[in-house]
Amino acid sequence: MLEQFGYVGIFLLIATGFTVLIPLLPKLFKLMGLIPGKKTAAKLVQYECGMQTIGKTWVQFNFRYYYFAVLFVLLDMLTIFLYPWAVNIKDLGVGGLVAVGIFLVILAVGYIYAWRKGALQWK
Amino acid sequence: MTLLDQFQKMLMTAGLPDWAAYLVPALVGIILIIAVSLTLVIIFIWWERRLLGRFQLRLGPNRCGPEGILQPVATGLKLLLKEDIVPAKADKILHFLAPIVVFVPVLMIFAVVPVSEGAILANLNIGIVYVIAISSISTIGIFMAAWGSSNKFALISGMRTVAQMVSYELPVVLSIVGVGLVTGSFSMLSIVQAQSIPFILLMPLGGVIFFLGCLAEMNRSPFDLLEADSEIVAGYHTEYSGMKFAMFFMGEYGVALAYSAVIATLFLGGWSGPLLPPVIWFLIKVVLVFSFTVWMRATLPRLRVDQLMSFAWKGLLPMAVINLVIIAIEVLVVPASMLWLMVILNFAFAAVLVLLWSRLFTLGGGRVEV
Repeated sequence: MLEQFGYVGIFLLIATGFTVLIPLLPKLFKLMGLIPGKKTAAKLVQYECGMQTIGKTWVQFNFRYYYFAVLFVLLDMLTIFLYPWAVNIKDLGVGGLVAVGIFLVILAVGYIYAWRKGALQWK
Repeated sequence: MTLLDQFQKMLMTAGLPDWAAYLVPALVGIILIIAVSLTLVIIFIWWERRLLGRFQLRLGPNRCGPEGILQPVATGLKLLLKEDIVPAKADKILHFLAPIVVFVPVLMIFAVVPVSEGAILANLNIGIVYVIAISSISTIGIFMAAWGSSNKFALISGMRTVAQMVSYELPVVLSIVGVGLVTGSFSMLSIVQAQSIPFILLMPLGGVIFFLGCLAEMNRSPFDLLEADSEIVAGYHTEYSGMKFAMFFMGEYGVALAYSAVIATLFLGGWSGPLLPPVIWFLIKVVLVFSFTVWMRATLPRLRVDQLMSFAWKGLLPMAVINLVIIAIEVLVVPASMLWLMVILNFAFAAVLVLLWSRLFTLGGGRVEV
């Protein structure tokens, strides 16, 4: 199995090298004079929506989905526990199913609580 | 035994040292994958534009080459020769790195997509988990682009893509558990081999949930909120031009192709099919899935953000969990020789669940909020 992961590692190296080359290509073409490179002040202003930007651009942002993110982390944990069980379900049998069922019921209580509290509401 | 292993064994018997016998097949396979996937992406860009044209009662691009198939090449050349503008106020490093971080994971997905019996680069035993893990990295790239380009609209788009990823990741991983339950493995090869009946018939609800989740993960209509032109200009790639923009564009279509291939592998039986060679069957299924996403893009309007979130959290997530429990019980109770019973049962359950949840999400005449 390790050599299979080795293929993925080699792929990562080659893919990264290949991908880094793509944005460097225009730089090479600019040196060869194939593409224009006249920088003016107006050109280097960020486009945004066509108007002049008002104020700072890195503004404080209303982070609306904080609860979603917390719930996501919690429930993603759930799936980590489900994966090994899913592969071995035939060996674990009914006992495993009951255990996972209890686990799911506990999480369902929390989920319903979050729903009733309005944590799943995009405000 | 994959084709790469056979190639490796052949080189070993030819007398090459171990490291060369390991490296040469890997390099050949990787270069083949990159070349073929990029060519397919170019063809898919043309295919989508033609198909969209048909849906809108026009011709679509038909000037460059036969049937306009060289149009994406012309577009690529045009983008290659464009001036590369980086805004003066942008975060230069993030601005440069973002397209790379988006594009590399897209290529990486193809490492575990089996094209036919044994034709796979890395036969990982956790193949599908690998796909989920690696494809989430693209989201970071999109957020880097949004933050780095110093643009308020791009920032909104970046926030939206994270919200979308956070919401739709869960239904996707939960519907994959259903596949794992039936197969008993997460390796892509064994998933295809286990499909005597395609899993879309065996677990229709799981297939639909996975498809919708993938649609949201690859940011296509009706979930393309992060580049909603009418609201936030062009989203995260507003400040990009030239080749970097082309990389985002290619990345978007590459992800569409990769997820089409993954859906075809997981739920449509991959390369298996009668008469035709396996590669052709695989391509037919990939094109079918992709055409279906184009059809959805042409038909459905874009969702609102709150609708998008509540659809994932209040609709898909509970349905995915219930579907999972149903499949688990069926795998334990229904004997393997009576899979058709499972098909009938699952279609009945899917119909009941979809009806129940559609009552919750009555739009228009009913409630909009849930």
